[in-house]
Order: sequence, then C-alpha cells, then structure tokens
Amino acid sequence: MNLEEYKGVYVFAQQVDNEVSGIALELLGKAKELAAPLNTEVTAVLIGYNVGNLVDKLAEYGADKVIVVDDKECEVYRTEPYAHALASVINEYKPEIVLVGATAIGRDLGPTVSARVATGLTADCTVLEIGDFPLVAVPGKEQLHNQLLMTRPAFGGNTIATIACPYNRPQMATVRPGVMQKIEPVAGAKAEVINYNPGFTPNNKYVTVKEVVKAVSDVKDIMDAKVLVSGGRGVGSADNFKMLQDLADVLGGQVSCSRAVVDSGWMPKDLQVGQTGKTVRPNLYFAIGISGAIQHVAGMEESDIIVAINKDEDAPIFDVADYGVVGDLNKIVPQLTAAIKAAKEAKAK
Amino acid sequence: MKIIVCIKQVPDTKGGVKFNADGTLDRGAMLAIMNPDDKAGLEAALRLKDQYGAEVTVLTMGLPKAADVLREAIAMGADNGILVTDRVLGGADTWATSTTIAGAIRNLEYDLIITGRQAIDGDTAQVGPQIAEHLGLPVISYAQEISVDGDKVVVKRQYDDRYHMVEAKMPCLVTALAELNDPRYMTPGGIFDAVAAEITTWGRADLKDVDDANLGLAGSPTKIAKASDKVRKGAGEKVTPDSPEDAVAYIVGKLDEKHAI
Repeated sequence: MNLEEYKGVYVFAQQVDNEVSGIALELLGKAKELAAPLNTEVTAVLIGYNVGNLVDKLAEYGADKVIVVDDKECEVYRTEPYAHALASVINEYKPEIVLVGATAIGRDLGPTVSARVATGLTADCTVLEIGDFPLVAVPGKEQLHNQLLMTRPAFGGNTIATIACPYNRPQMATVRPGVMQKIEPVAGAKAEVINYNPGFTPNNKYVTVKEVVKAVSDVKDIMDAKVLVSGGRGVGSADNFKMLQDLADVLGGQVSCSRAVVDSGWMPKDLQVGQTGKTVRPNLYFAIGISGAIQHVAGMEESDIIVAINKDEDAPIFDVADYGVVGDLNKIVPQLTAAIKAAKEAKAK
Repeated sequence: MKIIVCIKQVPDTKGGVKFNADGTLDRGAMLAIMNPDDKAGLEAALRLKDQYGAEVTVLTMGLPKAADVLREAIAMGADNGILVTDRVLGGADTWATSTTIAGAIRNLEYDLIITGRQAIDGDTAQVGPQIAEHLGLPVISYAQEISVDGDKVVVKRQYDDRYHMVEAKMPCLVTALAELNDPRYMTPGGIFDAVAAEITTWGRADLKDVDDANLGLAGSPTKIAKASDKVRKGAGEKVTPDSPEDAVAYIVGKLDEKHAI
C-alpha cells in the first residue's frame, strides 16, 4: 500500500428517506477542520436512490466535492449494497481519511467497509485532530506526521485512548451524533459533483427488507434541546415525570431520562441520555433523581450548566454538577417550576 | 441447525480499569463477566434450540481464564465450548480479533452465527460485522428479535427511529442487543455438565486461512498513541438546604446569575 496515493477527507453523508442526517453535516464541519492542515479537500459520499437533490445542502455545509452513488438497490439501507458502494468509492478515489457517523447505520457500515478495504476503524471518537505518531519522537522509530489522531472513551467512559492508524489507508473513524459542530451554512455554495456507480449484482449478502416500521413519535430530538430536564430512578414513577415536564415547559426545554427509567418502562428509549442512549450538550441540564452512573455522565458532561437534585448526598452526579442540591425532588421540583415561572413573568413586565 | 455464538469475557467496568505499561489493558487484574449483549445472543440461540432443536457452540478468544465464560454458557445450555488462546494473538484490535475468530470459525459447520452487538469494554460494535465480512456472510446488526423460517432467519433490526424486518438466507451472522431478552440462569444440572465439559482449546496453528501479518498487536492497523484515566470536570458546589424553599431560592439565584432563565 502506497500511503502517499491517498488524499482527501471523505465523509459518508448518511441520508434516510432522502433527508440528510444531522450527523453528516456535523462530520462535514469536522472534515473541513481536518482538511485545512492537510491542505486538501472535503468530499461527501452520498449513497441512495434519487438523492441528487441533496448535493447542494452538502455543499452549503462544507463539501468541496460530492460523489453520488445513486442506485435502486440503495433505496433503503442494507449493509451489502451500501458497503459495496462505499468500499468501491474508497478503492477508486483513495481517500486518506473517511469519517462515518456512529449511528445504527454507520456502526454497521463502518466495520464492514473497513474490513473489506483492510484498514483500521476507530469507533465513537470524541476528538479528531491531525498530529504526529508517535506523539513524541522515539529514538530509532520514524515519527510520522499528518496522521489522524482519534480519541475515544472506553470502559464505560472510565478511560480515554488516542488511536492512530499509521500504516494503513484510509484512516477511518466513526463519531457519535452531537459530538462535532456543523459550520454555518454558506448559502449558494456549490460542490463539484461526481456520479459514480460501481454496479450492483445481488449475491448471498443482499438481505430482504420485508417491512419498515417507523417509530411513532412526534417528540423533538433531545439532542437539539437547549434545556433538558432529565429524570432518573429517583423520580419514582412514570406519573411523576409530569412534574419534570412542567419544569421543562416553563424553561422551554424537554424531558430526558437515564437508562434505569427506560428499563423500568417509564419513558421511551429515544429520550435516554448516556453511553447507550444519546450524547447531549444543552445550555442547561437538570439531573433529577439521577445517581450519575458513569455511563450516564458520559452522555451529558459537556452540558454548559448542570444542576443536580438528589436526596443522596453521596450520589456521584454531584461530582459533575455545577450546582448540586441535596434534598427531596418531590418537594423542590414543583416549587422550582412555580418560582421560575414567577421570575420569568416578572422579567417580562 | 448448528449455531455458533461468539462471546467475550469482559472486565466489569464498574470495578475500575488497569493498564499494562504499553498502554494495552491489563485484563488479568480486573473482575470478569460475560458481556451482556453476548449473553442475550446466547439466550436467543438457546431459545432457537428449545424451539427447533439446534447444536449451540460457544466460542471465545482471550486469556486461558476466558474458559470460565464458556463454562457459564454451557451451564446455561450450550453444547460445546471453544477457547481460542495464544500469546501471539494478544493486543489485537477489532481487525485482528475478527480475523482470528473468522479463522477459528472456518473449522466449523454452521447455519447461524450470533455475536453481541458490542462489548462493554471497547463499545466498538465492530467485531461482529467484521467476522461476517471475512467469512463472506450476510450480516444483520442490532437484532431486537430473531426467528427462523425454514432456511431463512428473520430479524427485527433496530435503527435510530425505526426498525426493519429483515430476512436473510442462512448461513448468516446476526449481532444481538442486550434488550433482545432476559437471559436464563444457569441450572444445577447445567453447572454439573459445565464442570465436566471438555473445552476445546485452539491456538494460532488451528486458525484456518489467516496470515500472521493480520494477527495480534503487530497485525492491528490501529495503534494506541496514548491511554489514560479520564480527567473529569471538577465538581461544582453542593449545598444541603434546610427547606425546599431555600433549595428553590438557591437554584433560581444561580440560574439568574448565569442568565440561564
């Protein structure tokens, strides 16, 4: 493998139902940052069926080029036609970096493609930067420059590791939604469009999608919320979440929850914050009756202001909270809602 | 039907984490359990066995003490256990791990391979799909339900805001989510079988069609540049107010100060 042949930062531009996923735009934002020191371009790889209309949006969010693989076989996500498409693009165009969203699609597509093109893949990265490997020069070992350094948590967030892929190309990483920042879209930006079809011949790996069932939920995504009022096991019941909803309503925010709440069946899974749920970074995060298991903290510690209310003064949530209150949430929360409502009304006058 | 379930012995992440000097994990120093997603995958296999009759083989790669999870699986109802262990396989990333496991599986007959979606130590969700890729099999990840219909497997495949009902012709590989089921307990008879069971142990020489260049630490494309305990954001203030009114006044005061309301 001649590593020098591999150029450019590529993003798998995930789309579902012909709508670009937020993660694709976030990855383009990061790709633009990575491309600068490498003095190279950002390319989005758009795979689907009749998706040509999405190209301009990708351009506005930072794609210099868009490679479009448009084929009926790629209408609904399935591992095989998508892996074939992305692996073929990699083999044809030889990117040095490929970023994929750590979504339920990307965490299936990424490993399959990395195995097919025989390179490394680092999962769920929280920091991506260009640097040297080894980080510090070691006598007798060549220090490589312009490497992708991929930092990720492991062991339920107990540790972090920085990983490189120095001798294989492309360097591949997945990133969870909500971790990287989109750029301000540039209205009217255009990208160079390359239509590429590697040919699709169904084989044993092509599965049949018998049915697609969308979750019936008109709830807004908690990852977009500026204020989250999050409840844990300490809230006590599904009914008691009404109290949190009232607080969220006066703050113009949304309710979210910990894993214990989902496991108890009090709240749906798409409201879960944490390692096996969603990563959130609102301006204000209330952790109410949440003990603060490391898996939960991993999903919310980047919030700007964290307020914790818990009756257990030793709860680990107090280790990450900016403002911790030891007390009975059943008494505090309704009064807090009333007080904030009153304060807002007073300010509005 | 022959089912292979890939399971992993993982450190219980609640117990703290230790490293070797070279930045790799010191697995020997941590408390070990069967990875939860894998256990759900094993339970799914055992339910297929209960329903249709199947031979369930559990396979793991790890240190010699990883035989413990194989015995646990046999005590739950698995028929055979295979341990892949060899010093040259240590320090493997997901590429080298999946290469190794695929090399072991090439010695076996199977209709269905089930792995967990991801292990709680690495959380990568890569090894299952990569095994499928090495073996040229269809993969269905994130299974919430698994059933068998003749020579096909039917899986309820979870996505972020939906699920797909997916059908694949066997042989194929499915990765299981912990929420798939509640795994059964070991039975007294099962524990008796497990103690007596002979665990097949394979080393490097038993792997079929794999190149040394793709194994172990040296054969891993990803290299650890740095590993460390996570430095957490420091704790802020913690107060224990005398009354709910005081608590509310404190919170409102702070939020006001930060212009958050």
